Amino acid sequence: MRKFLLSLSLPLFVTFPALAMDVSEIVAKANHAAYYQGEDGRARVKMVITDKQGRKRTRDFTILRKDTKSGDSDQKFYVYFNRPADVSKTVFMVWKHVKADDDRWLYLPALDLVKRIAATDERTSFVGSDFFYEDVSGRNTTEDTHTLLETSDNYYVVKSTPKKADLVEFSFYKSYIHKTSFIPVKIEFFDKRGEKYREAAAEKVETIQENQTVTQGSMTDLRSGSKTVLTYSGVQYDIGLPDDIFTERYLRTPPTDYLKK
Amino acid sequence: MKKLVLVSVFCLPFYSLGALAEEPPLPAGLGGPPIAQNSIEPALPAGLGPAHPSGLSADEPSLPAGLAGTASTERNEDGPFLEEKDITAHVLPYGLTGFIEGRAGVRIHDQDFEKRASIGEARLQLQYEKFWEKVSVRVTSDFIADPVADRWAVDLDEGDGWIDLREAFVSWRATDFMDFKGGRQVLTWGTGDLVFLNDLFPKDFDSFFIGRDEEYLKAPSDALKTSFFSDFANLDVVYMPNFDADRYADGARVSTYDPFSGGQTSRVNVLRVNPRGRWFAEDEWAVRAYRNFGTYETALYGYDGYWKNPQGLDTAHIRATFPRLSVYGASVRGPVYRGIGNIEAAYYDSRDDRAGTDPVLPNDQFRFLAGYEQEIMTELTGGLQYSLERTLDFDDLKKNAPAGSPLPEHNRHVVTLRLTKLMMNQDLTLSLFNFWSPNESDGYVRPKANYKINDQWTAEAGANVFYGESRDTFFGQLEDNTNVYVSLRYSF
Repeated sequence: MRKFLLSLSLPLFVTFPALAMDVSEIVAKANHAAYYQGEDGRARVKMVITDKQGRKRTRDFTILRKDTKSGDSDQKFYVYFNRPADVSKTVFMVWKHVKADDDRWLYLPALDLVKRIAATDERTSFVGSDFFYEDVSGRNTTEDTHTLLETSDNYYVVKSTPKKADLVEFSFYKSYIHKTSFIPVKIEFFDKRGEKYREAAAEKVETIQENQTVTQGSMTDLRSGSKTVLTYSGVQYDIGLPDDIFTERYLRTPPTDYLKK
Repeated sequence: MKKLVLVSVFCLPFYSLGALAEEPPLPAGLGGPPIAQNSIEPALPAGLGPAHPSGLSADEPSLPAGLAGTASTERNEDGPFLEEKDITAHVLPYGLTGFIEGRAGVRIHDQDFEKRASIGEARLQLQYEKFWEKVSVRVTSDFIADPVADRWAVDLDEGDGWIDLREAFVSWRATDFMDFKGGRQVLTWGTGDLVFLNDLFPKDFDSFFIGRDEEYLKAPSDALKTSFFSDFANLDVVYMPNFDADRYADGARVSTYDPFSGGQTSRVNVLRVNPRGRWFAEDEWAVRAYRNFGTYETALYGYDGYWKNPQGLDTAHIRATFPRLSVYGASVRGPVYRGIGNIEAAYYDSRDDRAGTDPVLPNDQFRFLAGYEQEIMTELTGGLQYSLERTLDFDDLKKNAPAGSPLPEHNRHVVTLRLTKLMMNQDLTLSLFNFWSPNESDGYVRPKANYKINDQWTAEAGANVFYGESRDTFFGQLEDNTNVYVSLRYSF
C-alpha cells in the first residue's frame, strides 16, 4: 500500500518541474531574457508611433546599456537621440536602481545643459510613445504576485497581479513566456473591469552572440488605437563599455566610438 | 522500471491535453506546424505562415520570427550611427541638420521707447558635425533676416546682423583622463533653472526677453575648455582670451532703466558702454571641480573676469562699464523626497570696489539658491526655487551714495515657479515660468505653448510679461517690453 502511494506521488513530483517550473523562476528568467542579456550591449532603435488615423511619428536613437550589479539588478542606460531633428544629439541617461528611484539626466546640446530629471511615475509614456518607461527599463518583478495559469507547448502563461494596486493603472497582466528562450512574446494588460486595453508583442527574434534577442517589438494601446513599433539593429553584446560612459563627461561629449560600432 | 512506466503514463495525457487546449500558433521557420495568428494580434512579420487548426484557442500569440530555437537565423546587421537614411526624406547633403523658423511678436503696451514689433525674424540654422575616433568638429550657424533690428552690421560677439555663429569647435578626447574643446562653444554649468550663480558664461537676455527659443538664452563663448577626469574628482578649466559680455538689454531692442537719466533706455537712447575686448589682456577664467557622492552631485566653482552686465558707471563719460569680478561658489544636487533638490551658493568679489564705498560700482554680493522639482501628477512637473542676492557692505554703499539715487535692496529675494504639462502624447507642452520678487514687488512670467505638429513642424505661442511697481527694479524696468509671440519651425 505504501509502495503504491509512493509510485503515485512520484510521477507528479517528476512531471511538475518539467511542466510547471516554479513561477518565480520563470518570471526571473523572462526578466533576464528581456532586459539583462550580456553584461552590456548596444542597439540602434527605430521607433514608429502610428495613431488611429495612421499618422506616424518617428524616433531614432542608440542605446548603450551596462549592468552594474550582478544578479539582474541595477543597470545604466545611455540613450542618444538621432531623430527627430528637434531632439537630435539630445542624451537621456538613466541609472536604474531596483531598490530605489532611478536617477535620470537629460543633456540638451544647444544649451550645453546637463539637467537632472525628477523621477517620474514609471507608468508614463516614454518619449511620447505607447511604451512606458517601465516597459523599456523593466518592471521590478517583486512588485507583482505571479501565478502560473497554464503551460503549453510553447509558453508559460503567467498572470501578474500588482501588490500595490493603487500605484498602477492595470489590475493584472498576462505574459506568454516562450518556454525555451523565456522571451515574453506577448503581454496583455487588463484594467479594473477586466478588459484588455494594452498589449505588448515580440514580433521578431534574432540570435545575436548566442542571445535570443527581440529585434522587433510593439506596444498597442487598444483604447486609443495607437501602436508603437520598435525595431532594433546593430545589436551587440559584451562590448566592454567602460563605467565612465555613464557620466557627465560622455553626456557632454558623446562616446562616438561606442555609438558608431 | 515500474516507476518509469508510471511516469510516462502520467505525463502523456498531461502533455497532449495542454497541446489540445491552448496550442499557440507557430510562425514559419520554427519547429512546430505553422498556425494562424488571431485577429486581434498585430500583423505578423513577413514569412510567418497562417494556418489555424480547428480546436485551437485563439488567445495565444503566434511565435515571432526567430523564436523556438534552432531554426532561427544568426544575423547581426550593423546599424549605421549617424547615417540618416530612410529616417526622413528631408536630408541635406554633408549630413547638415538644422531648422528654418519664422517668429513674430508685438509689445502690448503703448510706449515710445521701442518699435511696436518686438520680434519679426526668419531664421535658418545649419549644423555640420563630423566624427573621427577621438576628434569631432561641429559648426552651427544661424542666418537671420530681422526687420525689427536696427543694427544690421554683423557682430559675432553681440549676435547682431544676419549671421550668428553659435558653434565652431573642435573636441578632442586626448587621453583617458583629459578632453579638450576649443573654439566657439556654448557653455553651461551650475544647478539653477534659469537662475545663474556660478555660471558666468555669456547669456543673451535680449533673446530671452523677446521670446526666442530658450536655447538662445545662452550666448556662445570663444574658449578653450580643458577637462581632467579622475576617480577622486573631475576638473574643468575654461579660458576665454577675450571677455564675452552678456548680450544684455541696452535699449536697442529691449528698453531698460537708464541709470544716467533716471528714465528708460530706448532705440534712440541706447546705453553706451566702455567695452572690454583686448585679447589676452581682458580675458576670463572659469573653473569647476566636481564629483559625485552616490547620486549626489557636488561642485566647487571659481571665476575670474568681469561683471557680465555693464554694472559700473563711468559718470564722467556717461558710459556703463564692466568692472572686475571674481566669483567663488559651490553646489550640490540630488534626489530629495520624491524629486530633485539643489542648493548653490556664490560669493561675488567685486574687485574694483571691495570696500563697497564707491556708489557707481557694484558691491560684493553673496548669492544663494535652493530649488526643488518633482512630478506632481502624470506628465505635470513643478519646480520651485528661492534665490537670494545679498549686497555686502550695504552700509558703506548707503553712506556714499548721492542723495536720491536709487539703491539696490539689501537683500533681493526671488522665488521662481515652473510648471510643465505634457499633453496629447507629449506633442503639446504647456509651460509656465514665473520669477517673482516679494521685496522688490516685481516679476516676470513666461507662459508658453509648444505643439509638435509632426516630426518636422513645431508651432509655438507664448508671452513675456514683466510686472513691477517701480521702474528701477530688475523686472519692473522691463515692463514696457511685455510682449506676445508666435513661431513656426521646420526642422530637418
